[in-house]
Amino acid sequence: MSRWILRGGRLLDPATETDEVCDLLIDEGRVAARGRDLEAGDTREIDAAGRWVCPGFVDLHTHLREPGQEYKEDIATGGRAAAAGGFTAVACMANTQPVNDDPATTDFIIDRAEHDSPVRVYPVAAATRGLEGKVMTEMSALVAAGAVAFSDDGKTIMDTGVMRRVLEYSRLVNVPVITHAEDRTLVSGGVVNEGEVSTRLGLPGNPALAEEVLIVRDLALAEFTGAHLHVAHVSTRGGVTAIRAAKERGVHVTAEVAPHHLALTDLEVLEFDTNAKVAPPLRSAADRDACRAALCDGTIDAIATDHAPHALHEKELDFREAPPGMIGFETAVAVVLDLVRCGEIAPLELVRRLSTQPARILARPGGSLEVGAVADVTLVDPERSWLYDPAKGYSKSQNSPWAGCTLTGRPTHTFVDGRLVYDVERGILT
Amino acid sequence: MQRLTQSTPQRPQDETDPRERPQAPRGPSRVLLDDQGIQRSLMRIAHEIVERSAEPDHLYLVAIPNGGVPLARRLAQGLREVADLSLPLGVLDTTLYRDDLLSSGRRPPLRRTEMPCSVDGHVVVLVDDVVKSGRTIRAAMDALKDFGRPRAIQVVGLIDRGHRELPIKLDYVGKNVPTKLDEAIELREVDGAEGALEMVIYEAPGAAADGEGER
Amino acid sequence: MIGRDLLGIEDLEREEIERILETAEHMREVGRRDVKKVPTLRGRTVINLFFEASTRTRASFEIAGKRLSADVVNFSPSGSSLKKSESIFDTAKTLDAMDADAVVVRHGVAGVPKRIADLLEAPVINAGDGAHEHPTQALLDCFTVLQRKGRIDGLTVTIVGDILHSRVARSNVHAFRKLGAEVRVAAPPTMLPTRVEETLGVKAFTSLREALDGADVVMALRIQSERLEGAFFPSVREYSATFGIDRAKLSYAKEDAIVMHPGPINRGVELSHDVADHRPSVILDQVRNGVALRMAVLYLFAGRDPHGSVAGPGGSA
Repeated sequence: MSRWILRGGRLLDPATETDEVCDLLIDEGRVAARGRDLEAGDTREIDAAGRWVCPGFVDLHTHLREPGQEYKEDIATGGRAAAAGGFTAVACMANTQPVNDDPATTDFIIDRAEHDSPVRVYPVAAATRGLEGKVMTEMSALVAAGAVAFSDDGKTIMDTGVMRRVLEYSRLVNVPVITHAEDRTLVSGGVVNEGEVSTRLGLPGNPALAEEVLIVRDLALAEFTGAHLHVAHVSTRGGVTAIRAAKERGVHVTAEVAPHHLALTDLEVLEFDTNAKVAPPLRSAADRDACRAALCDGTIDAIATDHAPHALHEKELDFREAPPGMIGFETAVAVVLDLVRCGEIAPLELVRRLSTQPARILARPGGSLEVGAVADVTLVDPERSWLYDPAKGYSKSQNSPWAGCTLTGRPTHTFVDGRLVYDVERGILT
Repeated sequence: MQRLTQSTPQRPQDETDPRERPQAPRGPSRVLLDDQGIQRSLMRIAHEIVERSAEPDHLYLVAIPNGGVPLARRLAQGLREVADLSLPLGVLDTTLYRDDLLSSGRRPPLRRTEMPCSVDGHVVVLVDDVVKSGRTIRAAMDALKDFGRPRAIQVVGLIDRGHRELPIKLDYVGKNVPTKLDEAIELREVDGAEGALEMVIYEAPGAAADGEGER
Repeated sequence: MIGRDLLGIEDLEREEIERILETAEHMREVGRRDVKKVPTLRGRTVINLFFEASTRTRASFEIAGKRLSADVVNFSPSGSSLKKSESIFDTAKTLDAMDADAVVVRHGVAGVPKRIADLLEAPVINAGDGAHEHPTQALLDCFTVLQRKGRIDGLTVTIVGDILHSRVARSNVHAFRKLGAEVRVAAPPTMLPTRVEETLGVKAFTSLREALDGADVVMALRIQSERLEGAFFPSVREYSATFGIDRAKLSYAKEDAIVMHPGPINRGVELSHDVADHRPSVILDQVRNGVALRMAVLYLFAGRDPHGSVAGPGGSA
């Protein structure tokens, strides 16, 4: 019987605008009660003093690499890493092998997740067949199979006409189309942000313009078609400005930002560390600051890790050949807590962007600790100091620029459906 | 906003800048040979060279930098005065031929080498200021091989301070000076007197002051 | 004073550059002897690790190593036309196992020599990494200018060509600036890197005439027409007309200006025939000086005991 009482934690529930110290009772997979000095009865108890008690975090953008690239990650290990990062639900992208552009593959992922993953897994299906950017996928069938959104993430749909039809058609099934906005012809082989760092290092540059141009295009298409456009991993000042203006005009657009674009700049690549190679690339300080401000003022709705595992032998290639991406589940909370520490955002607002908003964007339950809500709960110790060693993490891969760093802030307990799946002292509990 | 990455481990930089490396501590110094003394020795050596050479016009003076250079010049001048000889004068840096470069890992600065002609058939007279272990002379002989085949090689050392490590003998010596290993002998210019030289010995630090001081 | 590796001019102090140039002067004398060989690096192994094809630079390093009596080994990991990307870690491990005393690395992507250096005990010399640095080229260019002009302080050096993609440009900018010259770059706008003036400390021009005005040294870079025509400039013909250097354009520079080029030259494109072959051109000197310079680099960096240092004078007499 899973009855839990979480005592004396700081309850941060954006759904009910609650920020207060109290107890939370979980019973039969639901939030049963909340308030001060709750009656325990026959329950297990967690002393949550000094901790935050939040609705489980929902990661809109992840790569679990299964099917096809299980040497880097699979749904089991990805799920565990997510749980260790305080995530109770993750949406996984379609650039697997085979591409998830078919209900059979979607089924496979859901099935695997049910058996192997401690957290919920929502497949994002490809918007075009094979991610080729030409022919749209069977959105109806894919949604019926369980897809929550469509995206060619990893690639951009360069043909504007195709993107228009994809957005229009998506209104049939009413799910978001997630765009990875990078004009390939402007990226033109760039591997780092085009700027002073690329000029110094002589590495091919990928200008902020490549993202801005594509975001502006997709916003115009979203406005025209009335579809729900979601912009993945925003990284530029220009992109943020365009999204803000579009929202003011009433365009149905949402956006996400990754922790690394909130924390790091292109200075990270000065030592040619391929773990800092990511798409879109780490940008200038001005871009980073614009993203931080945008997250705080609501222009960007959600935080999403873009967890992208790559094997050691892949990241050990030269800077051009090494695939872009970094793992992110287990460091996300520590990294984004910096915004709270710097006074840029209140804890409740941060939790909203980690949990409530992403759940809403995917139209899935979650992001709420109302009585009766599904008991997906994350406890965070915002002061906890710990040394991050990706080799000791749950992901199969270790490509993180934070390897070896001392971080502050860590999830301590993760509940999915009222079951404790992760405890920082004991690890993943099956 | 702090950089959160740990930088790649730095390779250890060389620990000391040779310009700043302190010289081996030196004790008090005294002059072994003043300018006149040096000149007298060189003139005597010039006479000795002329006496012993069957064909003095086959001689070729080769100076070992740095100290050997002014000495060789004076010696050449002396030979001109004594026997009206006009001899080729070369400078041969031995740094690249040293036997201790690789084991010590050191890279001393290179010095000028200028050999006006091949040494084929000449009697080469190597000129150095101080000879101790004999390794510099040995390196010079190795270097000479790359400039031809001398008929013979002779060695002039203004000061022979002993402590040979190789079987090298001097053909002409200015002065024999028994020394301790931790002493140092140097040829230097005299302060304030242009072109004047003196040979100075530095005793080991902490050597008892023995009333001699600088002459 | 001098660090373990030579990865780029950007990391060098002025004194270190001067030390290398002084040493090269002495090595030049060795090249004028009958027996062009000294025993200095005897028994040491220098490995040329060239991921990118290069006959000239590799030959230059090979001759330099052999003149110092080192054993020079050429190692081209990507021999076949099917270039399989090799893990840098694997490459470094292989080199370690060969007990190299110095590794000379050229690669088409910036950063590889540095990453190899991080993994190896042996010193690494960068022979060109992507568009990042080519330190020995810049050093031999400075050496050549010093020979011809006697100094670098106060000179105006103009570099013309595809600055964006050029490691020779970047290294030369750093080197000439550190030695006290004023450096200008000239190129079509598409080939000037973003914020080049602030980042590299140069004056940037799209007008060749203005860039050459009063220049003491004119350095023309090679245009890679195969890769760049159409995308970065419309045609070789147009490039040559606007940025190619001929007698007429050269007259904007000082009368005694010298003309340089890292080679190989696209005749009629970057330089007209008469400029390439006649008096103001020091291009052949650059090639000759390359061996002496690389001998100096190998002398100063190779075969040092990992805990040794580049010492000053010393040793027993």
